[in-house]
Amino acid sequence: MSVLLFAENSNGSFKKPVFEAATYAYDLAQAMGTDVAAVSVGQVSEEELASLGTYGVSKVYNVSSDKLNDFVNTAYAAAVTAVANQIGAKAVVMAQTYNGRAISPRVAVKLDAAPISGAISLVDPANGFDAIRMAYSGKGVQEFKANTDKVVVAVKTNGYKVEENPTTAAVENFDFSAKDKDLDTVVKEIVRASEGISLTEAENVVSAGRGMKGPENWGMIEELAGLIGAATASSKPVADMDWRPHHEHVGQTGIQIAPNLYIAIGISGAIQHLAGVSSSKNIVVINKDPEAPFFKIADYGIVGDLFDVVPQIIEAVKASKATA
Amino acid sequence: MKILVCISHVPDTTTKIQFEADGSALNKQGVSFVINPYCEYGLSRAIGFREEGKTVSITVLTVGGKEVEATLRKALAIGADDAVRIDAHPSDSAFVAKQIADYADGKDFDLIFTGKESIDFNGGMVPGMLAEHLGMAFVSFATHMEMTGDSTADLKREVDGGVEVLSVNLPAVISCQKGISEWRIPNMRGIMAARKKPLATVAPSEMGEVIPTVKMSYPPAKGETKYFEPDNAKELVTALVDKGLI
Ligand SMILES: Cc1cc2nc3c(=O)[nH]c(=O)nc-3n(C[C@H](O)[C@H](O)[C@H](O)COP(=O)(O)OP(=O)(O)OC[C@H]3O[C@@H](n4cnc5c(N)ncnc54)[C@H](O)[C@@H]3O)c2cc1C
Ligand SMILES: Nc1ncnc2c1ncn2[C@@H]1O[C@H](COP(=O)(O)O)[C@@H](O)[C@H]1O
Repeated sequence: MSVLLFAENSNGSFKKPVFEAATYAYDLAQAMGTDVAAVSVGQVSEEELASLGTYGVSKVYNVSSDKLNDFVNTAYAAAVTAVANQIGAKAVVMAQTYNGRAISPRVAVKLDAAPISGAISLVDPANGFDAIRMAYSGKGVQEFKANTDKVVVAVKTNGYKVEENPTTAAVENFDFSAKDKDLDTVVKEIVRASEGISLTEAENVVSAGRGMKGPENWGMIEELAGLIGAATASSKPVADMDWRPHHEHVGQTGIQIAPNLYIAIGISGAIQHLAGVSSSKNIVVINKDPEAPFFKIADYGIVGDLFDVVPQIIEAVKASKATA
Repeated sequence: MKILVCISHVPDTTTKIQFEADGSALNKQGVSFVINPYCEYGLSRAIGFREEGKTVSITVLTVGGKEVEATLRKALAIGADDAVRIDAHPSDSAFVAKQIADYADGKDFDLIFTGKESIDFNGGMVPGMLAEHLGMAFVSFATHMEMTGDSTADLKREVDGGVEVLSVNLPAVISCQKGISEWRIPNMRGIMAARKKPLATVAPSEMGEVIPTVKMSYPPAKGETKYFEPDNAKELVTALVDKGLI
């Protein structure tokens, strides 16, 4: 088999970014005329491992040992590489999560493969793994090729579809023991951010800026987000003034996201802000200034006072839910 | 502590981006270049160690043509001690990582700071590849770092849905993002001193491109914006529901 998916677990279960990467791996395997195997590292139940079959994975190699319960990029990369070598993988695919971005470059060096990150479209195996990705804060598109016979692809979160291709996944334990020298970082603690939907994985995002006037007005943003199952985000000045927590700040210096729907409320649309959100598939802009630069990339716009407009939107969403 | 800070030289986000007519590369005319903002966090954290009273030497390094020297001088003005330019076109991340690794190999750096990614291609692959080439530990997306001994450090790094607290033995490659330090503005004295600080040019090691660019182009133009009246916001909701978005 020659496409290997690294299926990263979060606390023992697989989430949407893994399903996107799995779909990517499946499509790539189809193009190469081969199957998809997956490798999982850490403690994951047999049932959860087998569930990868839903996305077209026909074999799962399970690497689990007490030493690998916590994420250590050096040791995890060694485990993924060991499986890749055993099955002769030509392509290793993984989700471009924080951890995925820590191990994919290591795996690429170990396999002498080209590291391809930010993947939003399938690489073409018949043509030097030719593919495209966004560049220069969304102002350009780069088409590139790999001068290697192997690639390691990190799939951008929300950058590829999720599709079911049901098959039966055989789960097999893979014998791997991490070398002491590869256990080179020690996790002491993971502090989970507040409940709510993770911003990087969210399908819908409601984001607000300095136009909100003050933190006391965020109730309606949270209400709207709650109604449409969205994560909340903010512009940088809002985080800098401590109106909102820093982990909500999106843009060039914050988090880069690509949700299906991004609703920007009272945000001017400075280029540094757009750098983090311009890959969103549908953009709604609400701003009282018709000249606000954000309107240039908006799919839907309302020029008006957000304190008037947002409550109307909330009412209309409630009404549509009531009739649905 | 011997520290290397890898700096990429990138177009300022606010500049207009134009490509050569044949799509081969960025047209650099009139484009203003800056220190990649994430690399600046690393440089700033390194200077912070000096301010905390540690004995540190800080070398800044860029793989690039002569034009990157202005960026390196700015890093010297901010507070680095010396600069190195590896004289090669930084064609792709695998190429750059190998060039930096070949330079750093055997020089006993305790710490190598990088940015979490360069804002040109947002690749984020150089730091991890560099760590692998050098056989070093790698901490990515660092938002906090403190030395806890001569060669041990505690860090925080961003992970999906939270923050990981971890410790590492040096040497290590640390990729930096917001939180690890504050940017610094060079003062007049720094700018004057930077002119006299050493800036060495090093020949690249022999290797080809690994992931060459085939073509640069512009993203498809966004369609028309559909506007709704501010007193009729419910029509927006109808449109979003009809499109299956909410
Ligand atoms: C190096 C660098 C990096 C940066 N990185 C980031 C980044 O990562 N993310 C980021 O967001 N910014 C970033 N910035 C800052 C960026 O340049 C802008 O300053 C910032 O995005 C503006 O935030 P804002 O839109 O909330 O505020 P403003 O620009 O002040 O815009 C507020 C908007 O609200 C509108 N408004 C006001 N009142 C109302 C009302 N009642 N109803 C409707 N609309 C109203 C106004 O018309 C205006 O358009 C960066 C800047 C630099 C120099
Ligand atoms: N040409 C370069 N010269 C020196 N360092 C670089 C170069 N390109 C990338 N880096 C380093 O690698 C980090 C991540 O860059 P990238 O992998 O290109 O997104 C940057 O923040 C720099 O620290």
